[in-house]
Amino acid sequence: MNVWISLIASLIVVGGLVVGSAGLAGLAQYTQTSGVLLLLGVVVPMLAFATFIVGVILQVVKWGRRPVPFPIATVAGQGKTLPWIKADYFDAPYTKLGVVGRMAMEVLFFRSLFRNTKMELHQGPKVVYGWQMWLWVFALAFHYSFLTVFIRHFRFFTEDGTVAFQAVKILESLDGFLQLGLPGVLISGFVLLGAATMLLLRRLTNAQVRYVSLLQDYFPLLLIISIAASGILMRHVIKVDIVAVKDLILSMLNLNFAGMGDKALAIGWMFYLHIFLVSVLLAYIPVSKLMHMGGIFLSPTRNLLCNTREFRHINPWNYPVKVHTYEHYEDEFREKMIEAGLPVDKPMSETQEAAAPEEKE
Amino acid sequence: MYDSGKIITGLVIFVALFASPFILNVGGVAPAAPQPSLDTPAIKDMETPVCVRDNMQQNHMQVLDLWRDSVVRKANRTAPGINGQLYEMSLSNTCMDCHSNKAEFCDRCHTYAAVDPYCWDCHVEPPKEGTES
Repeated sequence: MNVWISLIASLIVVGGLVVGSAGLAGLAQYTQTSGVLLLLGVVVPMLAFATFIVGVILQVVKWGRRPVPFPIATVAGQGKTLPWIKADYFDAPYTKLGVVGRMAMEVLFFRSLFRNTKMELHQGPKVVYGWQMWLWVFALAFHYSFLTVFIRHFRFFTEDGTVAFQAVKILESLDGFLQLGLPGVLISGFVLLGAATMLLLRRLTNAQVRYVSLLQDYFPLLLIISIAASGILMRHVIKVDIVAVKDLILSMLNLNFAGMGDKALAIGWMFYLHIFLVSVLLAYIPVSKLMHMGGIFLSPTRNLLCNTREFRHINPWNYPVKVHTYEHYEDEFREKMIEAGLPVDKPMSETQEAAAPEEKE
Repeated sequence: MYDSGKIITGLVIFVALFASPFILNVGGVAPAAPQPSLDTPAIKDMETPVCVRDNMQQNHMQVLDLWRDSVVRKANRTAPGINGQLYEMSLSNTCMDCHSNKAEFCDRCHTYAAVDPYCWDCHVEPPKEGTES
């Protein structure tokens, strides 16, 4: 039962954010208070953006200060060893190029999620290990559609005649190639919503994953689901004036705040809900698991050479350790050991002979 | 910080990418929001408007989509306007009879908002001085 508390708590938090911001924006539209709209649509996003940039930098620098003295050998592939044993170039890379390749494949194709396996107990009893591809499939769909959606939004940030603007137009025509309805359905938005929902369902239906899921696992998923849903609703159902939206955003990006109140009043409440949720997500990234965006590059198991069999790695900050060898020990206690009848490597006479010349000096 | 060269390079790329909306724009002047022009002879001569501005601004694309399906699939070529009069469902003829200024009417907002409507894949803009196409 406790397992569900995390889900219920995050539902309450996300629900509160959605209802709160939508209600606030709706009320402000009704009473024509542009101040509240500017708070939701301009001030909060700019603060969230600053939090995002500064927070990510601080977190990465914090990670960068942690020493990682040894390469961490992974067991995913055969490390380079004797010449007649074939080494795994990408899974246990022993050159820098191999490390770059492993990192690139991790970032672009999520290979470590691809290795997901599941253990099941069958009749017999028989233990069965099977490949579990769903996390990998949904993660790929989720991340790539999110990237597409993110890039598509640059149509609000760029102006006609720039390269970025043309690129966004091409991307959008590819994204909307179904030419379904008007405004046309953009595939990435629906894939994003679907994949995020499937990732949430995976958390809920898999007992083991559900057991380890906490507020910080459910909250970002629910938040992203809300963002995707509000974006799709805004495009197809509860429409806002897109020209007014771009006008407001461009004024914000130009830091050109004159006459912004009137611009804000021209936009429907749905926009403020959407941009507020995105702001929450932005500000939340640096303090959450979503920092894997930067963390993936700093993962020691991904970014270090796997050459522990080729070279001996010595801890760089080893201090000279004071050792007490057996020879010294026996020198110290030889008399007592002989008295007690313990065996010694060198009898008393030998040591006296060896010590005799020293006495002369 | 360890490997500071690589980490700082990565952070610079990160900031450049994510702050690019600001970097591309800040200090510049935001272009004025476009206003579709209603300045055509046919609209000037009109006593009462045939289309409702607010509704059309939001829903013109859905109207055109419905019209296309109605004409192409059901061969139903007329629809009542807000004044109850029947109009021919035709982009090039009915809409653009009055809105004969595509560049100032359609394209202004579409270009501004990076909307690339595929109307013109099939339709042509009626010639200015010629007969109906």
